[in-house]
Amino acid sequence: MVHLFIIEAEGLTKNFNGFTAVDGISFRVAQGEIFAFLGPNGAGKTTTINMLTGLARISAGTIRLGGWDYALKGSLKKAQQRMGIVPDESNLYEELDGFNNLCFCASLYGMGKPEREKRAQELLKQFNLEAAGKRPFRAYSKGMKRKLTLAAGIIHQPEVLFLDEPTTGIDVESARQIRSLIQQLNKAGTTIFLTTHYIEEAERLCRRLAFIVEGRIVRQGGLAELMEEGQGDYIVQFILDDGGAKHAVEQELPAALAARFPHTEINIHGDREVRVTSSVPLELAPLIEIFSNYHLPVFEAKIMRPTLEDVFVRITGIEAARLKKEKEGKKG
Amino acid sequence: MKLINLSPWMIATFNILKKDMKTYYLKPPNISWGLIFPFAWTLMFFLRSQTPMQIQDVLPGVIAMSVLFGTTSMLAVTITFERRQRSFERLLLAPISLNALMLAKTSGAILFGVFNAFIPVIFASFLVDLSGVGWLSLSAGIVLIAITSTFLGLLIAVSVKEVFEAQTFSNFFRFPMIFLCGLFIPLAELPLALRPISYILPLTYGADILKWSINDGGYLPVSLSFALLAAFSVALFVLSTYNIKTKWIH
Ligand SMILES: Nc1ncnc2c1ncn2[C@@H]1O[C@H](COP(=O)(O)OP(=O)(O)OP(=O)(O)O)[C@@H](O)[C@H]1O
Ligand SMILES: [Mg+2]
Repeated sequence: MVHLFIIEAEGLTKNFNGFTAVDGISFRVAQGEIFAFLGPNGAGKTTTINMLTGLARISAGTIRLGGWDYALKGSLKKAQQRMGIVPDESNLYEELDGFNNLCFCASLYGMGKPEREKRAQELLKQFNLEAAGKRPFRAYSKGMKRKLTLAAGIIHQPEVLFLDEPTTGIDVESARQIRSLIQQLNKAGTTIFLTTHYIEEAERLCRRLAFIVEGRIVRQGGLAELMEEGQGDYIVQFILDDGGAKHAVEQELPAALAARFPHTEINIHGDREVRVTSSVPLELAPLIEIFSNYHLPVFEAKIMRPTLEDVFVRITGIEAARLKKEKEGKKG
Repeated sequence: MKLINLSPWMIATFNILKKDMKTYYLKPPNISWGLIFPFAWTLMFFLRSQTPMQIQDVLPGVIAMSVLFGTTSMLAVTITFERRQRSFERLLLAPISLNALMLAKTSGAILFGVFNAFIPVIFASFLVDLSGVGWLSLSAGIVLIAITSTFLGLLIAVSVKEVFEAQTFSNFFRFPMIFLCGLFIPLAELPLALRPISYILPLTYGADILKWSINDGGYLPVSLSFALLAAFSVALFVLSTYNIKTKWIH
């Protein structure tokens, strides 16, 4: 039997002693696609992955993975055979070396010795970890740890791979490598379910995504389809001097702009960027005039194509900048 | 060429056991702890007992303690450690049944406990004549004590979060058990009020089997002790898996 959708979740809910962490969400992931959950801290991303992988019990709703309905006895274990899991924090054995970590993980999926050793060597090579293969895991850098954890997640060649924030907390180069590995895997046919708080990552990697906030999916759909939502927007980006954005807020410039240009939305990004979003084309001169009235020098003014970030902010009402800051603070 | 075709769950179970053996039980500090501890107990008791007859009297107690100390805290500590490292999640996510997983995790500790038990036996064999010992029942008794005290370790592992708590908790249970199980103070001499507690301790029956096997001591019918210990093993296994299902899979 061919299942067009490899993951099907219906009314999925998770309660922790009266607190609802995941609140009746439904989504489907098609075979061979990359699907992302995008949302802030505590949105319920990890909890959802835990329910999908069998680490958390489902409070209500149903899950089917590869046709196996989790409500039926024994089906979760069947589904687990076909999935690979890369958690948000590395959970390999600190005292084992890279090679033995991989071999051990392979054995959990019933792979015989010659097969798992061959596969472990291949993966170490593919992930540029050959030299580290004999070193204990505890001696690995964060980026290397993440890579080995990813290798451990795919050693048994799963059909579906769950990735919980695959690039959070590692350097830019390692993150780039991991993203490229994810793309390679997907090209080779692996279905990928990932969570992220990097909007650019979701935009670059996935074909479909869901915005999740406070346990609810506020919007889901194809990337192109979601981007459509922003297509009617005209966005002008103003770059001020350092700290200019802060001064603008202090002087209540957003309110002044909104009063002068109704139907616009003002957003602050970083410490020197103000964005004005409107559903009608904007004239630049009067806008710049307001900035200069407030003695805020404008160094650049640019018309922008709406990004996924703009769509996210518009739909969820969450400042993208806040999302990032919280995250980076947390993972340190 | 493959001689036997192991099924996937057997490969998983065997490798979990092998890894635990390598990374925990056969690590120098644990081996030495596992060896020194029974060794020290043995020496201490044997030095105090001057005559061969007395050595036979204390042997069951020393064996039981060696098993108890080799199993309970070892399992509680290693599982708590893996839970803190989060590597335990990997095992819960593997496509093997919880029963197979528990079998794998506990058999390492059980083997370790059995191994520890024979250290005082080997010791004693140099000092006294052990020809009267019922080896079959002695071995079976040792295995059953190892099983039940390992599961006790599992129960502890389920109720604690930190490694040091696992250690403390193990002692909290172990020491009263040693005094209440009839090893050093015969059951008949225990205060009446404490005796019901003795009867719910698996170690009481294990100790009785050891006494019966080594010096025809024993207080209870040996078949009853075996039956009860086996029942304890099954009940503790079921209780542990139930606990894990409800507490570790949130
Ligand atoms: N075991 C638990 N007991 C009680 N509450 C929990 C438990 N696990 C998660 N929660 C709560 O459920 C909510 C969702 O948490 P979850 O970890 O799924 O969020 P997340 O989207 O993964 O966030 P982050 O981006 O920080 O990883 C949070 O409010 C969290 O505090
Ligand atoms: Mg999370």
